Amino acid sequence: MMSEMRFESPQTLEAAVALLSGHNGITKILAGGTDLLIQMRGGRVEPTLLVDVKSIPELTSISQNNGAFRLGAAVNAMQMSEHEAFAQSWPGLTEAAMLIGSYQIKSRATVGGNLCNASPAADSVPALIAAGAIATIMGPQGIREQKVEDIATGPGKNSLAKGEIVLYFTLPPRAPHSADAYLRFIPRTEMDIAVVGAGINLTLNDKGICIEARVCIGAVAEKALLVKEAAAALIGSTCDESALEKMGAAVSAACRPIDDKRGTKAYRIKVSSVMARRAATIALNRARRTH
Amino acid sequence: MSKQHVTTQINGNSVEFLCETRQTLLEVLRDELHLTGTKEGCGTGDCGACTVTVDSKMVCSCLFLGVEAEGKSIQTIEGMAQGDKLHVLQRKFTEHAALQCGICTPGMLIAAQTLLERNPDPTEEQTRYWLSGNLCRCTGYNQIIHAVLDAAKELRGAKS
Repeated sequence: MMSEMRFESPQTLEAAVALLSGHNGITKILAGGTDLLIQMRGGRVEPTLLVDVKSIPELTSISQNNGAFRLGAAVNAMQMSEHEAFAQSWPGLTEAAMLIGSYQIKSRATVGGNLCNASPAADSVPALIAAGAIATIMGPQGIREQKVEDIATGPGKNSLAKGEIVLYFTLPPRAPHSADAYLRFIPRTEMDIAVVGAGINLTLNDKGICIEARVCIGAVAEKALLVKEAAAALIGSTCDESALEKMGAAVSAACRPIDDKRGTKAYRIKVSSVMARRAATIALNRARRTH
Repeated sequence: MSKQHVTTQINGNSVEFLCETRQTLLEVLRDELHLTGTKEGCGTGDCGACTVTVDSKMVCSCLFLGVEAEGKSIQTIEGMAQGDKLHVLQRKFTEHAALQCGICTPGMLIAAQTLLERNPDPTEEQTRYWLSGNLCRCTGYNQIIHAVLDAAKELRGAKS
């Protein structure tokens, strides 16, 4: 017999943190539920307290402050794509979130949930890391900030302490000639889990030289990998064929994938460089078009 | 186990129900409210058979808790026809033989309706992508796509 599960839907952050930190049992945060409810159904997790965070305004809104977007952790993929200014500033991150599942799933699935669920194949996570997003986290000790790349630590594991909630992600202000892109490889066009994912965010100067870049790849290790060597191959170049080649080689070198039913280790290593090069080309073309 | 009291709107009617916190909206609809038009396929959000709308957004009711329905407005397949008069989509599904066993049909119809509310003139490709979360193992999809596009055409004609 399963133990009783208490359900709470607090209206404030303080109330949510108090609930989560004050409970002596298995606590879970409910955002979109597209991973959690499946885990509960399968008996993999049996929470005794479920805290629905969708009534907390800070978590469910997108706002802009001095050119920097703040993306609530419980904003769903459809909300992101329907927010024109956001989708225009961060097309790669928006595309990544919109690759998650069907439209039914996109109406529920959130970026905060995708991150905290910590699947190595999560689509929005490499894009969020490439974007340089900083997570603001609240817990019993107060508010702290953490780079997104330091949150997921391995399959199903994250670095949050008991009682902590990711509130929102702050994205850096968009510089001129700057854009992002995300691509994933799956053997069909829809409704599948990444074999490899690649997120790229880059900035060009007025002469078309890359002055900033972040490259992050998913589904090729226990968590999404920020590959600094790959970014270094782009910085200082015009992102020409030889720079892209070097960037791709650095991506492949960083991969430490497993063999599974979705793809072999060797295949993932090879495809990661292809996905990264193609994503970089999309980001580059977008950056050239922006002012 | 103590039950939670939930107040909601279903197909335009105020509805109150009691449910356990772990019960999904799908279980509440079928087992508590006896609205059995919504079907269970996979129970894990992959097949779309249990699609309903919540505040006009389509969701899998198997991945939505009954307690989350508090204060929300839900539409199920039971709200689609007006009395004996079928919705255009329902009529077109029968005309085009867009169903066989019928398990996917309620979810497919709800999904198609949300598409046409957002986009009255979708392309075939847009229609196929929008319905990609609704699996059908009988028809091979072509009749469904034809029915939706034909319904869209008729609805556009009715408005002009």
